[in-house]
Amino acid sequence: MEFLAPTTWQDALAAKAEYPDAVPVAGGTDVMVGINSGRLRPSALLDLGRVTDLTDWGLDGGYLRLGAAVPYRRIIEELKDKAPGLGMAARTVGSPQIRNRGTIGGNLGTGSPAGDCHPPLLVCDAVIELASVRGVRRIPVTEFFLGPKRTAVAPDELIAAVLVPPADGPQQFAKVGTRNAMVIAVCSFALALTPERGWVRAAIGSAGPVPTRAYTAEQFLTEALQQDGFASRSGRGDVALPESVVRRFGELVAAAASPIDDVRGTAAYRRHALSVLAQRTLRWAWESYRGRGDRCT
Amino acid sequence: MHLNCVVNGEPRQVDNVWPGESLLYTLRERMGLPGSKNACEQGECGSCTVYLDEVPVCACLVPAGQAQGRRVRTVEGLAEATQLDPVQRAFLEAGAVQCGFCTPGLIITVHDLLRRNPRPTDEDIREALAGNLCRCTGYEKILDAVRLAAAESEVR
Ligand SMILES: Cc1cc2nc3c(=O)[nH]c(=O)nc-3n(C[C@H](O)[C@H](O)[C@H](O)COP(=O)(O)OP(=O)(O)OC[C@H]3O[C@@H](n4cnc5c(N)ncnc54)[C@H](O)[C@@H]3O)c2cc1C
Ligand code: FES
Ligand code: FES
Repeated sequence: MEFLAPTTWQDALAAKAEYPDAVPVAGGTDVMVGINSGRLRPSALLDLGRVTDLTDWGLDGGYLRLGAAVPYRRIIEELKDKAPGLGMAARTVGSPQIRNRGTIGGNLGTGSPAGDCHPPLLVCDAVIELASVRGVRRIPVTEFFLGPKRTAVAPDELIAAVLVPPADGPQQFAKVGTRNAMVIAVCSFALALTPERGWVRAAIGSAGPVPTRAYTAEQFLTEALQQDGFASRSGRGDVALPESVVRRFGELVAAAASPIDDVRGTAAYRRHALSVLAQRTLRWAWESYRGRGDRCT
Repeated sequence: MHLNCVVNGEPRQVDNVWPGESLLYTLRERMGLPGSKNACEQGECGSCTVYLDEVPVCACLVPAGQAQGRRVRTVEGLAEATQLDPVQRAFLEAGAVQCGFCTPGLIITVHDLLRRNPRPTDEDIREALAGNLCRCTGYEKILDAVRLAAAESEVR
């Protein structure tokens, strides 16, 4: 095994082109679990920890740009107002030690159906920037996940950054697990209300081969809110969401999942829990929309 | 592969490091620092917690090569001469140590908590310690130790 330790982005891309089998390592919280257990024996490790382009965030056009190696701790401390859904999800990851090291790019790179960053990125229409010596390409996050632990990253590519449109309405994330820390999601759910543009996004994690948007549920809720809520903006403080709408939204979210039975839970439990998470997060998001205007909480 | 880094204030060099090796292995097996414990090698238990550039991490999940040129601080590096760190003293006084396997990792985690937050609430403590498992104490004495350390000391 070789250990490649480029210090510039150009050198990192050149190394990945030369050694397409090299396994990139950022925080190591997935890679080292594989190596320690003997499951993973790559020909080379490609350390991204010294490439400073990857460890910073900033603004890029209309986007918030997170370098692939920004760790959860910084997302929580520095970005929870700009990307609230992602911030909430980051807070639920692992433990403080894992959040100190684990990165958003590593979460995407692993491409687990249970990755906690994925549902919040799906509901904010995030864009993933991939790069290689051949050039740079940007793809919508909806096109990133191809199957369990299979992603759109080509063998000679690295994930450069995640581009997140700034939140323009309440966002929520919730996950079910056996304790409050250190749990892989049994299922997870993210929601974004975008009153200005009059639409809703909902996404499901850990209840199918890939994290996925719940399109039918989104469409139902968008239409319901256009009738009752978003449309009557001036009077919205008085508009409570009808229980029938909340319940139907939960049912449609549950129906959008394609869960399996596994050690963490049964398919039936996952569907039930998703409907509960969907209703709960919708109530929270709606309360913050009513209570504080369009600001996100 | 060579590795150069500063461990507990001393520059160290080790040779023949396997590229897939964890920092935990290097510390314990090559540097003679067995304080950090190896229990799960999966990031689940926190018994291997060390400071890497003053940030607490699971040493079992850090490829040793990533420590090149960086500063590592382990439980062995907290005491000054014969004077234990206030967090270590609090663990002894509170009876927070039974088999002791979880203790070194917890000491680092608590040391870090009190540096960032000298007066933590019980909720802060629970959240900060969520990544450190103890199979013996039932945690109550550990919480006592953290409260004691917070009350008694200005932690460096
Ligand atoms: C104890 C424990 C608890 C955990 N809890 C959670 C949890 O609650 N929720 C959750 O979602 N995850 C959890 N994880 C998994 C892991 O922490 C996350 O997936 C994390 O985001 C991985 O980031 P990393 O930087 O450590 O990745 P690494 O291990 O460094 O890399 C992960 C994968 O991504 C690839 N990769 C990394 N960076 C790039 C890049 N820039 N370009 C291309 N490929 C790249 C690597 O080659 C590898 O395949 C947990 C892990 C542990 C050990
Ligand atoms: S040995 Fe590192 S977390 Fe358990
Ligand atoms: S004292 Fe034995 S594991 Fe904590």
